[in-house]
Order: sequence, then C-alpha cells, then structure tokens
Amino acid sequence: MKIYKLSMLFIAICTSLLFVQCSDDDDNVINLATCNDGIKNGDEEGVDCGGSACGPCEEAFTGTYVQEDIMGRPGINTVFSGSPEVKNNFNTTTVTGRADFTPIFENTLETYHDVYAEALGLDPANVNYETNILGLDAPTFSKVLAEFDALQVAPNAQTVYFDPSTEVALTGRNIDDDVIDISLILMFGGGDINNLNFDGSDGSPLLISDSVGFGDRQVVDFPYLETPNM
Amino acid sequence: MKKTTIFAAIGGVGIAVLAIFLIAADHIDSPSVEGTTTDIADLYAFEGNNPDNTVLIATIQGPLAPGDVTNNAAFDENVLLEFNIDNTGDFKEDLVIQAIKRGDSMYFFGPVAPETQGLSSIVETSGPRHRVKISTSENVEVTEEDGMKFFAGPRRDGFFFDFNRFNKVISGEVAPEGFLPPAEASDFFEDLNVLAVSVEVPNSMLGTAPAHVGGAVGINGLPPAYNVWVSAKRKQ
Repeated sequence: MKIYKLSMLFIAICTSLLFVQCSDDDDNVINLATCNDGIKNGDEEGVDCGGSACGPCEEAFTGTYVQEDIMGRPGINTVFSGSPEVKNNFNTTTVTGRADFTPIFENTLETYHDVYAEALGLDPANVNYETNILGLDAPTFSKVLAEFDALQVAPNAQTVYFDPSTEVALTGRNIDDDVIDISLILMFGGGDINNLNFDGSDGSPLLISDSVGFGDRQVVDFPYLETPNM
Repeated sequence: MKKTTIFAAIGGVGIAVLAIFLIAADHIDSPSVEGTTTDIADLYAFEGNNPDNTVLIATIQGPLAPGDVTNNAAFDENVLLEFNIDNTGDFKEDLVIQAIKRGDSMYFFGPVAPETQGLSSIVETSGPRHRVKISTSENVEVTEEDGMKFFAGPRRDGFFFDFNRFNKVISGEVAPEGFLPPAEASDFFEDLNVLAVSVEVPNSMLGTAPAHVGGAVGINGLPPAYNVWVSAKRKQ
C-alpha cells in the first residue's frame, strides 16, 4: 500500500512537470527558431538557411554561368567592332580570343578617317590614321585595343587613363578621367601632343574632344559614385 | 560638299560602321545585350582613398532615367558579375571577385582563383564570402569586413559624353565641323543613373602585379600593372 502511494505521488509529480515543460517548449520552438540551431525550422528552406531570416542555402549558388557581356577599356566594342554581328561576337569572346578582331578594328579606324576626308573634299587616300602620342601605328594600336583589352591597373602608383602633365598612361581609370577625349586623341590626334590633328583650328574638324567634362559631378567617398539623380 | 554627297561617300561598309559608332563607354554596346540585365555600362579601376587599396566599380543596366525607372531597376539573381584580375600578364583571370544577388543582398566571393577560366563560371563558394544589403536611392548600405568594402545599388552615372552631338558627327550631319565648342556642348549622361557594384580591396589580396603590357608594344617606363576586366554571365 505504501509503495503504491509513493508510486502515485511520483507519477503525479512527473505528469505535472511534463505539462509545464510542454507549455514552455511550445513557446520556445516558435520564438527561438534561429539560423544556427542545427534544425530546419521557421520558414527555412534547409537546415539554418533560406527563408526570410537566414542566408541563402548553398544550393542557391550552384549552376553554370556563361558570358554575355565583357568590358575592359571604355568604348572598345562600340567604337571599333563595326557591325552588330561583330559586336555580339566580341561580347562572347575572351580577351585571349581576340586576334580576329585586330584587322576589323584597324579597318574601322581607317574608315572614320575616310569619312572625314570625303566631308572635307579630300582624297581619302591622303587622310589616314597617324601614329598616335603613345607611338602606336595603326596595326599595333588595333592590336592593343583588341588583344590587350583590359584596364591596366597599377598598385601603389598613380592610377590614371592618361595624364598629359605626367605622361603616365594606362595605369587605371578614375571616374573623372575624360576617357572620351583621350580615346579621340589616340584615334585622330596624331603623334604630337603639342600640335594635335583635328583640333578644330583653321577650319579643321574638331574630332579630338567632345568638349564635355566631369561637370558638377563629384567623386565622393566609397562607393565613390554619387547619389542617383532623382 | 552636300550632305547627300557625304552620305553617298559614307555608303557601303562605311554606313554600317558609322551607324553603330560609339554609343557610350559600354552602355548598350551590342544588340544581344541591349536592355538586358547583363548589359555592362562601365568599368572603373583606381587607387582608393587608402593608397594600399584598389577600387573596382562596375556599372550595369545604364542609362536609367531618374525616378521610377531608377527605383524599379533591380539586379538579376541569374546574373553573375565578375571582376577578373590577371596578375601574370597573359590576359587570363588568375583571380576573380564575383557579385551575385540573393534576396535583398549582394553576395561577394573572392578574391579567389577561379575553378575554370574563360566564358563559363561557377560561383566560387570556396572563396572569401561577404554580403551587403542592396542600397536604395535614399539608403546607402556599405559592408566593411576583412579590409574590404562592398556596395551595390543605384548611383549617378559617372560617364560624361556629348552623345547627341556625337551621333551627328558620325552621321556626317555636322561634318566637317565635328564636335561643338564647350559653351554649346551637352553631357547626355549628366542627369541619368546606373546600377553600380563597388568593391575596395587591399592590393595585398591581388598578388604581385606583372610587367605593364605597354612594354610589349614599345611603351616603356610604365609601372607593373594588373590587367582587369569585368564580365556579366547568365545562369544556364
């Protein structure tokens, strides 16, 4: 009899604890689902990943990604590729796969000169690309544009697309570098930086500058580009 | 020379070339990517405010008009944006820094040696991983971890160019005058925006820079330099 009473008491205590714990556990499951509890709970898509609270699951980063666009120096594809088909092809090649583009680029370069020769009433055979201020003739310039098409970026040195004052060239591209004017100078200006061709003087076309600068933009702290225009 | 004569002179191959002459730095640069979420607008690479760092900025989907167009522009979860760094001088990427959107954030992987080089990539999840919440026009979110900084969101287009005059220059409409003087020229991109991804990375993470490629074509005296380009790759 005595044993029976003790057993009943023990069962009663255990049962009461069970109720208390069940109540607490239910609350905890809802309130404490975390991204590091080792179980898939809440709206997680996997164990401690996915859903509204956790980072993406590793499966989210699987798959193969194939190139649709590529860019090194500014304007290369749009300026020199010459036809929609070539432009599409350019965007789906690697930098090391560009040898076929070099003669296309050279042809484009000469075509631009021919057009302005015609406009001036001159013989196109006499108005040609001239070795530029970097000392590059047409085939070499075209090769640099097509086959070395990347921004050269110098660590721990001045980074600039071209700085006439220091004559440092091709060590980076700053946001406020006038890459259009520099490109036009390299294409049309010839080799004498103090006496560039197509500078608009004496009735010559102005082809070495679009006359537009950085304007009222500013280079700010990281992320360096300004707040959007609204 | 009359304009009609100019167009006649331009004719043939010339007109095909000129019709697609420079539109912008790389904005809308080919029919197959124009208007898509892989369309790269620009790439910048320069020394950071901390001279031991290099800053890499890619802009995409430009140009975006202010207001709703900019506010509604979004990164695509199927597009992997990849900064490629060649530190051996062979124009193959030795390191990549990848950016890909998941949820409300941009995830960054790298710098890391890619498993494969070239046209196809996987997300290099074995590399260093960082995350930044994608910014809005009003709220700028920057993550600064492990000496690196990260940003993704809409920004003012930094590219400046008299695009409208340029089209007239190359069509022959304003030949032989060419471009306008400064007082009359106009910056097409001044009031437009882009989606930007900015990364600032210590040079120590990019390896030793190779000899400048200029030396290969007779441009001597330039400092050692990485070769850097950006690619946009779509999930298959």
